[in-house]
Amino acid sequence: MSQTSHTLAAGGDNPRPTGGVQGPQRRLRLAAYPSLLAMPALLLLIAAMGYPLLTVTLRSFSDPAWGMQNYVWFFSTPVNVTVLWRTFSIAAWVTIVCVIAAYPYAYLMTAVGPRMRLVLILCVLVPFWVSGVVRTLAWVILLQDSGIINSVVRLFGLDTVKLIRTQTGVVIGMAQVLLPFMILPLYSVMRGIDLRLVQAARSLGARPSLAFLQIYLPLSLPGVFAGAIIVFILSLGFYITPALLGGPRSTMLSTLVQSQVLSLLNWGRGGAMGVVLLVATFVLLALAAPLMRQRHKQASRS
Amino acid sequence: MAASNSKERGAAIDIKAATKRYGNFTALDDVSLHIEPGEFMTLLGPSGSGKTTTLNVVAGFTDLTSGDLAVGGKSIVALPAHKRNIGVVFQHYALFPHMTVGKNVAYPLTLRGMDKQARDRHVARALDMVKMADFAHRYPAELSGGQQQRVALARAIVFDPPLLLMDEPLGALDKKLREWLQLEIKRIHRELGTTFVYVTHDQEEALVLSDRIAVFNQGRIEQVGTGRQLYDEPATLFVAKFIGESTSLRGDAQTSGGETSLTIAGQKVVAGGKLAGGQKPVVLLRPEKLSLARTNTPAAAGQNSLTGQVSEAIYLGSGSKYQVTLGDGSVAIVRATLEATPFSIGDAVDLRWSVVDAKLLADDDRADMTMT
Repeated sequence: MSQTSHTLAAGGDNPRPTGGVQGPQRRLRLAAYPSLLAMPALLLLIAAMGYPLLTVTLRSFSDPAWGMQNYVWFFSTPVNVTVLWRTFSIAAWVTIVCVIAAYPYAYLMTAVGPRMRLVLILCVLVPFWVSGVVRTLAWVILLQDSGIINSVVRLFGLDTVKLIRTQTGVVIGMAQVLLPFMILPLYSVMRGIDLRLVQAARSLGARPSLAFLQIYLPLSLPGVFAGAIIVFILSLGFYITPALLGGPRSTMLSTLVQSQVLSLLNWGRGGAMGVVLLVATFVLLALAAPLMRQRHKQASRS
Repeated sequence: MAASNSKERGAAIDIKAATKRYGNFTALDDVSLHIEPGEFMTLLGPSGSGKTTTLNVVAGFTDLTSGDLAVGGKSIVALPAHKRNIGVVFQHYALFPHMTVGKNVAYPLTLRGMDKQARDRHVARALDMVKMADFAHRYPAELSGGQQQRVALARAIVFDPPLLLMDEPLGALDKKLREWLQLEIKRIHRELGTTFVYVTHDQEEALVLSDRIAVFNQGRIEQVGTGRQLYDEPATLFVAKFIGESTSLRGDAQTSGGETSLTIAGQKVVAGGKLAGGQKPVVLLRPEKLSLARTNTPAAAGQNSLTGQVSEAIYLGSGSKYQVTLGDGSVAIVRATLEATPFSIGDAVDLRWSVVDAKLLADDDRADMTMT
């Protein structure tokens, strides 16, 4: 018995000429470098994100000639700066609308029973399964001057509200599309908040509104921040919804990029727009980061 | 926070005919309880017995279906939780994770609009009392369970409430820490003179801490009394089985001349006393009241004797514990001080006790159901 195991061990030590022994060796290396598990995703990101981004950036400096001319053009053309500013302003409005709409909804999800919660989650997810174009076209029907919303408004004897081809219409449509990205992170944070903390605050003398503002709200902020960042960044790059619901005065940067690249075949200027948007987003996130850093660790729930 | 004339700080509590129903389920069934000012009252019972519901009702977290509740002679049923001025300590500490220990303890004072200097003084004194003065700048997540619970205690007493409620505060801690904190809680109760109402399912903890214990079962109070009263004079079989170890013997009952005797596996024992008509009797015996003797040795006068067989023998250092299986299959628990020749498993023995040491109780199948 011990003879056999010795032989096996010896066989493992001395590599045989066949490739069979490389199997265990390779497996060993994979176990030693768990970061290799990220390789497939990393390769995909490099191929589908890194390389194109690099090309776009390079072209913004080199097309049609090397230099800063595309950036000089961008910042010296008033309409570009206006649209850049508007893009951030629309993204901010969408984020605010999403926070206001998602917060009570996510709270309700934590408060109801399991069956009702499932219904609420489905209400969030089902629109996800419908194509964004279809949803946006539905908003066109709802928002247009002869649409359902305005029919109801007129029914009450009020003046027609201009919604389609306005910034308000764009914000409404985008907020609806992006709402799940706010609700889900908010819900996952709220689910972890111990409601007994609110009870404790009440026993210490806090009336319900104070207990909410001083205990529940601060504890739910990480969810608000997580959702807000996702919604804000996704908003910046929105194309279809503003293109269909918006008018000339609610154009977002993505539409300008599209016209530069696809209509005018001006890859350098389109690239410069993309890089400006990217850098502006990073600067904004860097400014917001200290606000969001948690100064405390969440208490362990044992 | 001063220890002087401390007995005046506590408030009396009167729970009158409190009933709480959830649909068809009755969580509290006509519960009445008077708690003296400054008393340490423990609500003891298995889970779902109504003890925590009672605590939540007093704290204002749960509304009564009917009944009244008074603290210091004034009814508080209509007051919301935040106006009751009652300290509450929760099982899972419920410290605010986004505030430091100091901020947590200062929170009730901030709500009461106390100025910063007075607040700091009160916080320091409360943290001092629970021996956590050095931790004021830590966050709760940086503390151990025992430390968190001491901070929670400081937060619940810092605003000088006349009444402190504690809901299984030591339930999540290990045994050693629990025993030490029990003594700490006792000391703090003595120093504050506040009325303490303490919920636990641990009868040992109840005996260590309490002036009096209210035993809850199925939404009702079975008995209220000191630990000694509950152990020596249990009113019901449930109380007898919940507090301490015991042996209960059942058999065919005959009553003659005001005395009941039971026939257990063919042997007759005198039970002493009698029950109201129609109730099935149970003879209840505490382990230290029982003794073992070799078979065929004479029993003393006034002693009962039942033959059985030792089925388990455990050496405990200060004595021994035996399980004796009787003729009808029931098992008796006997605690004996060390004898010269200990009994071994399989020995045939006589189980003996004085008639006066037995307690005759009405049989109650609820008692066995809830025992674990």
